[in-house]
Amino acid sequence: MSVKKKSEFAKYPAVDKTILIIGYIILGLFIVAIILPMVYIILASFIDPVTLQNSGLTFDFSKWTLTAYERVMSNAQIWVGFRNALIYSVLFTIISVVVTLLAAYPMSRADFKGRGFFNTIFVITMFFGGGLIPTYLLISNLGMLDTIWAILIPPAFSVWNMIIARTYYMGIPRDLQEAAEIDGATEMIYFFKILLPVCTPIIATISMWQFVGMWNSYFDAMIYLNSASKQPLQLVLRAILIQSQPEPGMVSDMQSTAERAQLAELLKYATIIISSLPLMIMYPFFQKYFDNGIMAGAVKG
Amino acid sequence: MKKAPTPNVGNGVGSSKLHNTLVYLQQHWQLYLIFMLPAFVLTIIFRYFPMGGIMIAFTEYNPIRGIFGSEWIGFENFTRFLSSPDFMRYLVNTLKLSVYGLLWGFPAPILLAFLLNRILSSSIKQKIQLVLYMPNFISVIVLCGIVRILLSPTGMINSLLGTSTNFMTMPSAFRTIYIASGIWQGAGWASIIYTAALSNASKELKEAAVIDGANIIQQIKAVEWPAIKDTVLIQFIMSVGNIMSIGFEKAYALQTDLNLNTSEIISTYVYKKGLLDGDYGFSTAVGLFNTVINVVLLISMNAIVKKMNDGKGI
Repeated sequence: MSVKKKSEFAKYPAVDKTILIIGYIILGLFIVAIILPMVYIILASFIDPVTLQNSGLTFDFSKWTLTAYERVMSNAQIWVGFRNALIYSVLFTIISVVVTLLAAYPMSRADFKGRGFFNTIFVITMFFGGGLIPTYLLISNLGMLDTIWAILIPPAFSVWNMIIARTYYMGIPRDLQEAAEIDGATEMIYFFKILLPVCTPIIATISMWQFVGMWNSYFDAMIYLNSASKQPLQLVLRAILIQSQPEPGMVSDMQSTAERAQLAELLKYATIIISSLPLMIMYPFFQKYFDNGIMAGAVKG
Repeated sequence: MKKAPTPNVGNGVGSSKLHNTLVYLQQHWQLYLIFMLPAFVLTIIFRYFPMGGIMIAFTEYNPIRGIFGSEWIGFENFTRFLSSPDFMRYLVNTLKLSVYGLLWGFPAPILLAFLLNRILSSSIKQKIQLVLYMPNFISVIVLCGIVRILLSPTGMINSLLGTSTNFMTMPSAFRTIYIASGIWQGAGWASIIYTAALSNASKELKEAAVIDGANIIQQIKAVEWPAIKDTVLIQFIMSVGNIMSIGFEKAYALQTDLNLNTSEIISTYVYKKGLLDGDYGFSTAVGLFNTVINVVLLISMNAIVKKMNDGKGI
């Protein structure tokens, strides 16, 4: 693993070399354990369902096929899921980040009267809550069942993210605020024109978290959204991957039950690839924002 | 926590205080009505109203009659749960899943951070980190989908072993599957915080140790471990505090009809009893039981942190 730095490696005493080699092997095994399943799924997704079932992976390319991808891509429900997931994630990110950033501002000011009161109100909710049924009944009584608001509004304010944003605001030099006040700037002007522009790293981080969190979750959508037309991607995936119940149209042209089962199995591979691709491709570009956030949490902890 | 400023009306000092408060509010009303209001309203409606709904746990809840129209039965729901033979099983399942998860899952990212710290080439290190962090971005559903196809009788693991065991239907395999897939997905990501703490380890101290001829074990003892000790401690205490809040999503997605013996935990049971069977009162009682244990755990952990951290809690 350290081929280039061989000279440096050679400087280590013998004991250290042994330890290092064992360490590199452990790390190597971990990386293989991460990559191997991914490679396996990518390869398997191209293989004819019967062959895959009977003899596993093969490099006899006559047995390779794009059937699974064609069927998954031509399935309308997957695209409905993608569209909904995108809409929900974008809306949720906007609503949640706005509410959270706004609330964090007064909480960051030592002279804000009532800070202790609000802090107590917020922090209690991190430890204690009504639980599943009371929350469900509330949403139901508010007439929000089977509307997108049921999954967008209740979790919109995140106390944890508010604390992180507040900590970040508090790191901004106070001179900025004093100068603004002398210039007669109102709270609004100071917040939007001066404070937010210097807080872009933490805003980006919180936005990423909220976006990925909404994109990847399924529980709220499962309990609050019933219409097929409102299902986000993760629920569509759940039907295919966990319940093994792909849309009837995806497998119905197969003659026997066995063939349908084999095809349904193959569809899982292609579904995993297609659904994970967007985040997998985007993640390296956004990685530094996530790192920032972890650090912000660490400072606080 | 500080108390909210309550104007003390009735004496001279108090009324001037009140006056000051009014002037303050007049000058800073935006802080309350624009900045604070949305978060406050959301918190009251969606966090505090459901807390009132906890009363359901003490009733034979009837959705048509509502909370106050339903029959009040005191602690009957609780005694029904606590005395049922399933109670022990679900509690033990929940505890075993999270305690074993902590024992195996907690050291993994620390080990990874130590190993990453020993990679000499920074470009190789970055590439390794890219791979290590990747699984974190896979959703719970896709992760469980991957686990299910890899472990299916014709999947990768069985072809490697030359067997055709159906692991997903084995109650004895559930915890291993849950915990191992958790490490697979999360250990790399969780190592970030330790990697950062290690990079703060004093370079001079380390160089001095190397010049003194300290081997790697000695360097770890003298330089690296002290640099991450506090982070490890805080992370550990926070994990212990969260033992009862183990998530619903993954356990539910890894459940099959045949592995329920070990895979049914309190949160999945609450969901099934409440939303699938419509036994609202009972389900709320079970959920409340879980929350109360969790709060007790968190408060005691917070007290421990305060003690060690010179009075500063989490």
